[in-house]
Amino acid sequence: MSRYRVQVRVMPRAALLDPQGQAVEHALHALGFGEVGRVRVGKHLVLEVTAATHEEAMAQARTMCDRLLANPVTEDYELAVETTR
Amino acid sequence: MTRVAVIVFPGSNCDADTLAAAREAGSDAYYVWHRDADLRHADVVILPGGFSYGDYLRSGAIARFSPIMSAVAAHARAGGPVLGICNGFQILCEAGLLPGGLMRNARLKFLSRPAWVRVETTGTPFTCLYDQGDVLEIPIAHGDGRYVVDERTAAELEASDRVVWRYVRDNPNGSTRDIAGVCNAGRNVVGIMPHPERRNAPILGGQDGARVFHAMEARHATQHAVDVRAVGDRHLRV
Repeated sequence: MSRYRVQVRVMPRAALLDPQGQAVEHALHALGFGEVGRVRVGKHLVLEVTAATHEEAMAQARTMCDRLLANPVTEDYELAVETTR
Repeated sequence: MTRVAVIVFPGSNCDADTLAAAREAGSDAYYVWHRDADLRHADVVILPGGFSYGDYLRSGAIARFSPIMSAVAAHARAGGPVLGICNGFQILCEAGLLPGGLMRNARLKFLSRPAWVRVETTGTPFTCLYDQGDVLEIPIAHGDGRYVVDERTAAELEASDRVVWRYVRDNPNGSTRDIAGVCNAGRNVVGIMPHPERRNAPILGGQDGARVFHAMEARHATQHAVDVRAVGDRHLRV
């Protein structure tokens, strides 16, 4: 068994209004960062997982996202798995 | 007397008001702790408002895995009435007992103020004492109250008369199609963002929400009358 670090990025569905992202976008514009287009705000979770293989760690993380970490109605997620040490 | 179970999660804060409103309407209401597994023969289950688990991860996301939720789901599957108010609505959506989800208010601000909703259907256990089209003044108190659902499901909700309440005058949170409350396909599971338990007596500024609770008792009385006739009938045959 190996230890893996799983990075989970959860973002609000692209089609849905993201008021947090809009507020940050307006604040950046107010600071003079006119080059900023659309801003969206999501969540980043980092999990330490024990698994036999990289694929198994990925599969476990996917199950966790489907059951708890992301809401399929309102959010999308992306996973990245890396070996620790 | 209807037996009403008010589920208490860590972070619930409208449980006492909800219990009081149900008792005021004549129900035998009692608390059930979220770690219990038994609803103790409840006729009706209410998931009250509040901030279960501090709204961590997403509102209702962790509470939906509380031990009591298996019993709530079984009660719902058997056709038993379930009402989710505010955080309770969020929990029912997270649990998949109602379609859609609740996201941050469109203008971000936490809103605690009166709102106006129109009763869109009387075909639920909690709106059967209203008239369709009644406009009620009921307070809201939420930061994550924007009901979202994909277009196809929204159209399906409209077509099957499952939008139960809709905001009128203004939409405080930017919800899809001004939706303030919906029900499931079986019509026994209902969610509402505003707080009817906070408007059940004139001293609270109005009683537009009272009939939500009186409805539970009225339905039970009707049911009971049917039971009595059935028993009388059998008695006659014997």
